[in-house]
Amino acid sequence: MLGYVIPICLAIIGLALALTLARLFKGPDLPDRILALDTLYINAIALLVLFGIWLGSDLYFEAALLIAVMGFVGTVAVAKYLLRGDIIE
Amino acid sequence: MNEWIEGIVALFLLLGSLFALVGALGLYRLPDFFMRLHGPTKATTLGVGGMVIASMIYFGARDQGLSLHELLITLFLFITAPVSAHMLAKAALQQKLRLHEKTRGRPWEQ
Amino acid sequence: MKPSRWLPHPLLSICLLVVWLLLINGFSLGHLLLGALLGWLIPLVTQVFWINPPRIRKPIKLCLFLLHVIWDILLANLQVARLILGPSSRLRPAFVEIPVQLEDELALTMLASVISLTPGTVSADLSDDRKTLLVHTLDVADEEQLVRDIKARYEAPLLEVFACSAT
Repeated sequence: MLGYVIPICLAIIGLALALTLARLFKGPDLPDRILALDTLYINAIALLVLFGIWLGSDLYFEAALLIAVMGFVGTVAVAKYLLRGDIIE
Repeated sequence: MNEWIEGIVALFLLLGSLFALVGALGLYRLPDFFMRLHGPTKATTLGVGGMVIASMIYFGARDQGLSLHELLITLFLFITAPVSAHMLAKAALQQKLRLHEKTRGRPWEQ
Repeated sequence: MKPSRWLPHPLLSICLLVVWLLLINGFSLGHLLLGALLGWLIPLVTQVFWINPPRIRKPIKLCLFLLHVIWDILLANLQVARLILGPSSRLRPAFVEIPVQLEDELALTMLASVISLTPGTVSADLSDDRKTLLVHTLDVADEEQLVRDIKARYEAPLLEVFACSAT
């Protein structure tokens, strides 16, 4: 059963990534693009966890956790740069 | 693996990916920035949540033990999602982005 | 447990131990000891950077509150999903100002986070005097009702848990 469901889920998340990417290109303003990047990394986490289940491997969890940490730091850094024109005061 | 467990895992996987899709759809089609902020920060958090629960059940059943470390991802996302949403909202307020004409109430001056 | 000079943040230490055990994804005496050591050492070294946490008066109430919030998040997601899939011309977005009574930094952060995580609301800004929270809502019929709801559902339990000076 999982052999059928997982490819479907992969396709759904792929579609979600494509929609996010479209917003990233369309803009229209900088905060929109940052928000799109934020969503992109969260969807990437979902994709990695799904991939880990498909391959039956624990290793992908670590990658997902790292992306969660780095993505958050990245979003906050860029948002702060937009806010103050400076990241570390 | 047990049929039932596989079914539950499949259900959570579908639920999680559908919520991720709804979040991305919201990001794509809502008209102004502040409304777009609602889609991803909520639906995507639950989307990843569904995936994580499925992964916990799957690895727990496969290894005949308890697999809880996926909870860390959910925990971390639940703590960080409001923070990044708040930062983005502040940045957008400062940039004075165009609001949808039906928006009631006005933000104060930064 | 009382904070002391050698154990400045007992709760933080316990959280670090639990996170370490989750990260290892297993349980053994060695890892328990290593986790306890990390949980003791990290708060001690980073002591200067931490704000003083408020006393939690009612831990059970806090747990109930968190469960309640998780339930609300589930409902929020269904509601927001319906709003997103429906026609976007029907949405009634608004900025709402919510007066807050909480004074403690941690409690305020928790309130703002909970608002961001639940039905169609995102906390956008806090006024400089920390008395008003600016909230953007996706779809609201009656602003005053929303303010009353948030104050009753989320602020009142937090006030009780942290027992701040409610003015």
